[in-house]
Amino acid sequence: MDIRAQVSAVFHLDKCIGCHTCSIACKNIWTSRDGAEYMWWNNVETKPGTGYPTMWEDQRKYRGGWELNGKSLTPRLGGRLRLVSSLFHNPNLPTLDDYYEPWTYQYGVLTDAPKGEDQPTARPVSRLTGRYIDIEAGPNWDDDMSGSAVYARNDVNLEGLTLAQRASLFQVEQMAFFYIPRNCNHCLNPACVAVCPSSAPYKRAEDGIVLVNQDKCRGWRFCISGCPYKKVYYNWKTGKSEKCVLCYPRLESRQAPACFHSCVGRIRYVGLLLYDAERIGEVARAPEAVLVEAQRSLILDPRNPAVASAALRNGISQSWVDAACESPIYKWVKEWELALPLHPEFRTLPTLFYVPPLLPVVAASRDSAGGIFDMSGSGRFSDTENARLPLWYLARLFSGGNEKTVERALDKLRAVRLYKHAASFGSGGKDNALAALKMAGSTPSEAEAISRLTALPRFQDRFSLPPYQREASIEATVDPMIHKGRTGFGPNNSPRRGP
Amino acid sequence: MSDFLFAVLPYLAALSAIVGSIWRYRASQFSFSSVSSQFLESRQLFWGSVPWHYGIITILIGHLVGVVFPSGVKVFNGEPVRLYILEGTALALGFLLLLGLLVLIVRRSSNARLRAVTSGMDAVLLFLLLLQVGAGLGIAIYYRWGSSWYVHTATPYFWSLFKLQPQTDYVTSLPLLVKVHIVNAFVLLALFPFTRLVHMLSVPLAYLWRSYQVVVWGQRQITSRRGQ
Repeated sequence: MDIRAQVSAVFHLDKCIGCHTCSIACKNIWTSRDGAEYMWWNNVETKPGTGYPTMWEDQRKYRGGWELNGKSLTPRLGGRLRLVSSLFHNPNLPTLDDYYEPWTYQYGVLTDAPKGEDQPTARPVSRLTGRYIDIEAGPNWDDDMSGSAVYARNDVNLEGLTLAQRASLFQVEQMAFFYIPRNCNHCLNPACVAVCPSSAPYKRAEDGIVLVNQDKCRGWRFCISGCPYKKVYYNWKTGKSEKCVLCYPRLESRQAPACFHSCVGRIRYVGLLLYDAERIGEVARAPEAVLVEAQRSLILDPRNPAVASAALRNGISQSWVDAACESPIYKWVKEWELALPLHPEFRTLPTLFYVPPLLPVVAASRDSAGGIFDMSGSGRFSDTENARLPLWYLARLFSGGNEKTVERALDKLRAVRLYKHAASFGSGGKDNALAALKMAGSTPSEAEAISRLTALPRFQDRFSLPPYQREASIEATVDPMIHKGRTGFGPNNSPRRGP
Repeated sequence: MSDFLFAVLPYLAALSAIVGSIWRYRASQFSFSSVSSQFLESRQLFWGSVPWHYGIITILIGHLVGVVFPSGVKVFNGEPVRLYILEGTALALGFLLLLGLLVLIVRRSSNARLRAVTSGMDAVLLFLLLLQVGAGLGIAIYYRWGSSWYVHTATPYFWSLFKLQPQTDYVTSLPLLVKVHIVNAFVLLALFPFTRLVHMLSVPLAYLWRSYQVVVWGQRQITSRRGQ
């Protein structure tokens, strides 16, 4: 056993209201610089939709993630020789137009324009060239399914649905969508690390955060194609790759990352997971249908004395083991089996998990004429067969196509709602609710706990942050008094490149 | 004048290249790369960058072989057929990399996005490279069988430079075009650390043997682990 700790997260999609506050918090702290304006280390997408960058999930285009051939697991982008031989032109690199050209407005014109017949207008200008541009794309161009004929209908995850199913999905009165906030998954088997010829991206062993060493990065650009989530970005000004740093300076002072802290819907949970690093290779090679289960089996119970002592032997401190015991992530992912990884079939073993959305709350109309919704009892929460979003779609997103895995999570979520509904309002019948709980393999006490962590979590329930003992790792290498004069944000040299 | 160009400039250039590169690496490892513009324009880059890089790498290796194994080259060129093949291949590669370079120059100057990321030094470098390639191709066309006379002129000249006893006689009698080619090479060498050419020193060959995952403990100690 080689036990390591991972700062891990859960996003509860039923709670996400799609307000983009997380994205703005991140933008203000990290990416409001030249060359990074187009980057959204954290972004919120509407599903169904093609996302940001457009069609990021289509690995036929970008060749991100891993490919399993028999027993051999190689980056889909190609083996080492192929990568080194395509250093001079990466055929699978997304370009700026797959994201959008960053722009600003000529606000000065509004006050400086000479007196004239017309109202002055602040025309949009490119942040790159300074020229006037026609805005044709933006980071949330298909927000709330706008332009669904172009965007939502081209969602890769709709593959496998019949034409009739697709048609019914996009009837106005049938339409359903949900939001999916995305940042770096800080994977256990990161493909961005694997494809970098310069070894610039690396995984911090202590907390599992994946970072890009800016000094080592030579701008070969493979990490950008290699990451199947398109969460490594190319800074066109400095010629380097950048990505979400999980606000590690905040974490190290025991604050939640900015996107977590600012979340209005309080959908985000952060905490520690202990896992067995020795089994990463084996789990990443699991058959597609059982990838989620395999990844769950990688996560270890910190309350198990054998696990705890193995963790201590591996240099993880007691206070971190304690923090892992308090982790809300462990509950969502391992204990309750409600939170699922996004696109596990990319085989990077993401450590950001999603509680799938149980939507819409009001069930689809059961009568063929439409318009009359079944609001009574259990009908209030759509059952799986009548859900407007086909189960297949959610399975494509969250379980590598295994509908059973998603169905089990949805059944439990629904049972918890029925149970709480019956307990609070007496509607639907308590026996019904208990039967539903039993069917979903849950118990009233578990349902209470799930309900509490969903609806009424306190700050410290959502954010179980481990105490970083930075002083210990600093002392091991340098006199703390010398180190004191060296620390701070940013590089020692100006990151300016180019003209 | 020719003493300066062929006996002093080479050493100044080498000094600049070595000291400058070390200085830049130590002062700002961050800047030790080429600033790729593929993200802003990808299609034209393919037709420029790929022919250019594969062409220039082969041609540079060819120049090096002439200096390191002159006797081998002499023996090889002893048979006219082999000489023709060598000259023909080199000329074709020369045209290939000229084509690549022209595509790169046109691409940089015609695209507004690319102009926004092009520095003055980039323009100087492109001009010098065009001059160098043009001179090289001119030599190949007007003063044929260069691979043969190279080992009798340039090779002993380079060795005299290495032995710190520069013998400029080997090159002073050569045609102007050849002199331009040689002097411009020294200029490029001198400018090396101050341009994006430094990316040549970061060829990532170690990647071929590296394990896929890179895991870093603490802040300093680095270990790689197989975690694929």
